[in-house]
Amino acid sequence: MTHPLLSAQTGQKALLLGNEAIARGALEAGVAFASAYPGTPSSEIALQFFQIARETDLYFEYSANEKVSLEVAAGAAMCGLRAIVSMKHVGLNVASDALMTLAYTGIPGALVVAVADDPFMYSSQNEQDSRYYAKLASLPVLEPSSVAEAKDMARYAFDLSEMLKLPVILRTTTRINHASGVVEFGHLRARNTAGSFQKAPFSYVCIPSVSRTLHPLLLKRMAQAENIAEESRWNIIEGEGPWGVACNGASYGYVSDAIAEGGFKNRFRILRLGMSYPISEKRVLQFLSGLEKVLVVEEGEPFMEEAIRCVAQQAGLTTPIAGKRTDLFSRLYEFDPAIVKNALNHYFGLALAIAKPIGTQGLPPLPDRPPNLCPGCPHRGAYTAIREVLGDSAIYPTDIGCYTLGLHAPLNMGDFLIAMGAGVGSAGGFAKATGRKVVAFIGDSTFFHSGLSPLANAVYNRHDFLLVILDNGTTGMTGHQPHPGVDVSHLNIERSPIDMESVVRGLGVQNVFTVNPLHFRKTVDAVKQASACTGPSVLIAKALCPLYAKTLPGQKPKTPYVVRHDRCKDHRVCVDKTGCPAFSVTSAGVEIDALRCAGCSLCAQLCPEKAIAPLAREIKTP
Amino acid sequence: MKTLRVMIVAVGGQGNILAAKLLGEAGLSRGLDVRMSEFHGMAQRGGVVESMVLLGDGKGYCIANGEADFLVGFEPCETLRAAGKCSPKTIVITNTAPVPPFTVSLGGSPYPDVQGALTALAPRVGKLVSFDATALAQEAGSAVSVNIVMMGALVAHLAPHLQKEDFLNAIREKTKPALIDVNLRAFEAGVFAVDQTTARTGGFK
Ligand code: SF4
Ligand code: SF4
Repeated sequence: MTHPLLSAQTGQKALLLGNEAIARGALEAGVAFASAYPGTPSSEIALQFFQIARETDLYFEYSANEKVSLEVAAGAAMCGLRAIVSMKHVGLNVASDALMTLAYTGIPGALVVAVADDPFMYSSQNEQDSRYYAKLASLPVLEPSSVAEAKDMARYAFDLSEMLKLPVILRTTTRINHASGVVEFGHLRARNTAGSFQKAPFSYVCIPSVSRTLHPLLLKRMAQAENIAEESRWNIIEGEGPWGVACNGASYGYVSDAIAEGGFKNRFRILRLGMSYPISEKRVLQFLSGLEKVLVVEEGEPFMEEAIRCVAQQAGLTTPIAGKRTDLFSRLYEFDPAIVKNALNHYFGLALAIAKPIGTQGLPPLPDRPPNLCPGCPHRGAYTAIREVLGDSAIYPTDIGCYTLGLHAPLNMGDFLIAMGAGVGSAGGFAKATGRKVVAFIGDSTFFHSGLSPLANAVYNRHDFLLVILDNGTTGMTGHQPHPGVDVSHLNIERSPIDMESVVRGLGVQNVFTVNPLHFRKTVDAVKQASACTGPSVLIAKALCPLYAKTLPGQKPKTPYVVRHDRCKDHRVCVDKTGCPAFSVTSAGVEIDALRCAGCSLCAQLCPEKAIAPLAREIKTP
Repeated sequence: MKTLRVMIVAVGGQGNILAAKLLGEAGLSRGLDVRMSEFHGMAQRGGVVESMVLLGDGKGYCIANGEADFLVGFEPCETLRAAGKCSPKTIVITNTAPVPPFTVSLGGSPYPDVQGALTALAPRVGKLVSFDATALAQEAGSAVSVNIVMMGALVAHLAPHLQKEDFLNAIREKTKPALIDVNLRAFEAGVFAVDQTTARTGGFK
């Protein structure tokens, strides 16, 4: 079956997710090479390429991490291909080392770095603003305000990159990546997948003497980029009036809707910067000229605001310019229509109607509904066993993935979390500083992403901690993407999966244990043994993510478990130790929802009364 | 036409995103501009899933507090949690079948008296339609169609901007072939539930 993004006819309209639109834009640009490490809210961009690569000559790979992903794509772009790499905002931190100097060499082909920011941190550890990377690296950045624009800008980004011979950053936020809108399909440009490399070591090998010639070249290219920004169709000035509003990305929609709703089109001049770096001074001056006052509406950091102030200062303008200010906009979180209207009202003395929510006084308090490990998740087994052995005596640095959810009660596993791989890295510090038992957690995908070097460090520097690798055979949190340990031959994709235990031993770890974490007693024993070792030891808790297992050939669903009320003494050990969401506690006692139970048997192993049994057997022995 | 703002809230696994997509497709086939956004960071893991669907002209993708014309909740607690999206004019359509979060089983906060809470909510909003959509979905053939039952109840309120037929077509074109018949029945059950509640209460407030 042809992928829907490929079968669409030119001129046809469809409702697409922002991420699908970005992928389609790249396809319309004739992208030949794509790579990614998944991360919310960017993951669906890569998913499209993953699927399309299976039916066309587009090359796609899930790389081990964002830096590798960027480097692989850079290699292809060095050979003249059109390449794209997609990641979430914090992924760019990982990739940034390569990006900074790639800006110096530039690329003969085209390279688009699609990066998805997550204001309000719907599913991220911070809400950093990626636009600063554009400034730091000296690279152009494009920011769409709508799903339709996401497609068109993605396509244009390749042309811009090829023109400037520089990587181009396509920066979005969750409100664009995970928005859907109506998109008109454009022409699909033919893919060129045959690259060729022209050697030019004194342009591409960044030793100091070469880099000294490359940095001025980069500045020259960025000067050219500024000229392009001046004429760019993405930098729109619309409306005419004494007041100015400068905006970008998702905030443009709120501004535009508010002004249209209020009927104030003749009072405002709007500057929407779609190419927000390098900023076009001329364009900004054109916007500023004659305005009484200006409000800058941008989520995140005052990136545009600072740039606009600089332009105004240079031109000797004293127009009041405001944006991030305690009584206007915050640097925190996402905006919404009401936040923007409030600021417009306050700053310009307007009375735009703001919807007034109903009062919720007197409504009962609601129980939280935090995300939880799925029923049957093997991480629950590992955590339950570790808690059984070590309780709160150990320090538990953790990492990024589904297993981070072990933080919640009743598992309460996780004491420190900052970045991919940082659980392993920080564990040594915790151990040295306290002399306490330290047990760090990392998932298999995260281990290949950034666990290898901190583990090598721990071996060499003789750190003393237990690393538990929660190996569920996939990248669970972002939608079950493969990683270097995953066999994907059932999808007819040839890869060479790496054996986790060999890697760990290869790094010099002496004490390595592997256990199925859904075997409770065996896991308890393994934890006891492993945590008694000194030096870095590794426990690989290996069992497939049940959601992923469902997608594999030959995997049968397991029989659900039930509570036999004739035996149950209502200790609730099962619920209180596992926190498995298949349980509910009613006046009748503890119940398992057979539709949700994944049949992992963990609770049955914990029940002192042996009152939990597989459904079929329970029926056979009444 | 004034932009219609529909807020859909549900628990992970209840098919919120698909419901929103079908609504969007139905709107598109009517020639409406459609903008939606979805928040499902950890949907598979039992968290809350939110969709915002904006039908009609405009540029923003977000519904602020007090801005929803419709609040559709697939689970009563989640409907109540999203009450801040309502204005005194909002039409609230909610399933009454609870899906207690596991925090309740762990003996944290209790699951609230939903009926009482909905009764307290009703006079504050334009209209409140509540019924056991999960039971209706089961009758239609599958509990997983609860999302489609809810959409039936919503679309019953959307004429003339959107017709039932638009949504039925979306079901035929965009849902799994094996589920089309169940979904079509589920949709009609939702439409019928609105007629019933409205008849019973004589224009339920
Ligand atoms: S997706 Fe898989 S790994 Fe993630 S919580 Fe669910 S079962 Fe566990
Ligand atoms: S067997 Fe027990 S622990 Fe495992 S999924 Fe079923 S109820 Fe949850």
